[in-house]
Amino acid sequence: MNIKELPEIEYIIPGTGACAGCPSTIGLRLVGKALGENAICLLTPSCAVASMGMTPKTCYSFPALNICFASAGASGGAISMALDPLYSKKRLEGEKPVVFAWVGDGGTYDIGFQGLSAAAERNDDFIFFCYNNEAYSNTGNQRSGATPQYVPTTTSPLGKEMLQKNVPLLMLEHRPPYVATASLAYPLDLYRKVEKAKSIKGFRYIEIHMPCCTSWKFPAAETIEVSRLAIRTGSWLLWEAENGKLSLNGVTAALAEGKRKPLPVEEYLKAQGRYAWLLKSPDKDYYIGNIENNIRRELEFMAGRAKL
Amino acid sequence: MNKKIVQPISRPVIGAGGLTGTWRTQRPVYDASLCNACLLCWLYCPEVAISKEDRTIDYTYCKGCGICAAECPKKAIYMEREESR
Repeated sequence: MNIKELPEIEYIIPGTGACAGCPSTIGLRLVGKALGENAICLLTPSCAVASMGMTPKTCYSFPALNICFASAGASGGAISMALDPLYSKKRLEGEKPVVFAWVGDGGTYDIGFQGLSAAAERNDDFIFFCYNNEAYSNTGNQRSGATPQYVPTTTSPLGKEMLQKNVPLLMLEHRPPYVATASLAYPLDLYRKVEKAKSIKGFRYIEIHMPCCTSWKFPAAETIEVSRLAIRTGSWLLWEAENGKLSLNGVTAALAEGKRKPLPVEEYLKAQGRYAWLLKSPDKDYYIGNIENNIRRELEFMAGRAKL
Repeated sequence: MNKKIVQPISRPVIGAGGLTGTWRTQRPVYDASLCNACLLCWLYCPEVAISKEDRTIDYTYCKGCGICAAECPKKAIYMEREESR
């Protein structure tokens, strides 16, 4: 598969309400190319809903239902279960559509977590996409469970103290048939993962790293470049797991095997305004040392998990 | 009293967020002679404002984010400041 062979289908119609350089609409376009026309989407409150445009118009070409914040997991399973008898009793003809939820990190890590955890445990038949921009960007950049350590937000003005959660790993340990992480800088890897998820029945979880230019304070043009730096420094790891068997992908696998040295994390931090205070701080070396230790620990941990 | 029930249903229309081209502070300019048709600009455009066939840019909706120019490996797109409209 190469870029020229990607399907023509577009999930986004020009004139969206999203900010210039929005990673969520890029992600939806890529995901849409893999999912195709026969799909139903669930949207919880997030930037993806604010981007839809003004009612009664929408910029999304796929059927989407706006649901309340905590309910993506429960609604995804419910819609999928409600569709099953309609098709088995021939009330509806053809192939059952793919049900997917497009949820931000707030709706995944914090507010929607119990519904998500229950859906994964029940193995409900839908795909849960988390587009992780590491903050509540829709409401003006508040801290979430996905916000990394030392990042200042409006609710952690001196930089967040705690580390972010590893929700993809938590989902993996719910033992669903498919879990993956992806990045916009590796679009064909993302496309392949979504296509694979589509072919599997049961609960599937894909988390996509989404550098947000307004919250992370970098120029809109660098959205993809920052995604790439996150992977090359090891700040975001690419992996997938089928039936609990984890494998690291692409650059992340090369970093774990030592075939490739990670870029200094400073390259990644320098690209974002949200770390400007850290780079100017007299304790800069201490902070960077901590960040590097955490990157090393995560990489070793996931490489060890891959050996299971 | 108007008894008509208004259902909150939206339908897909071009320009649901308005004429977003007016948000632009810089515009991408495409030079076909440098292009190797890798289609990265088309793939990464958050606004679907670049055509797959000939990379013409839809300035009515392009927000001028500059991802196309930043990602182009051949520098076939450059950003130009919007002077006036």
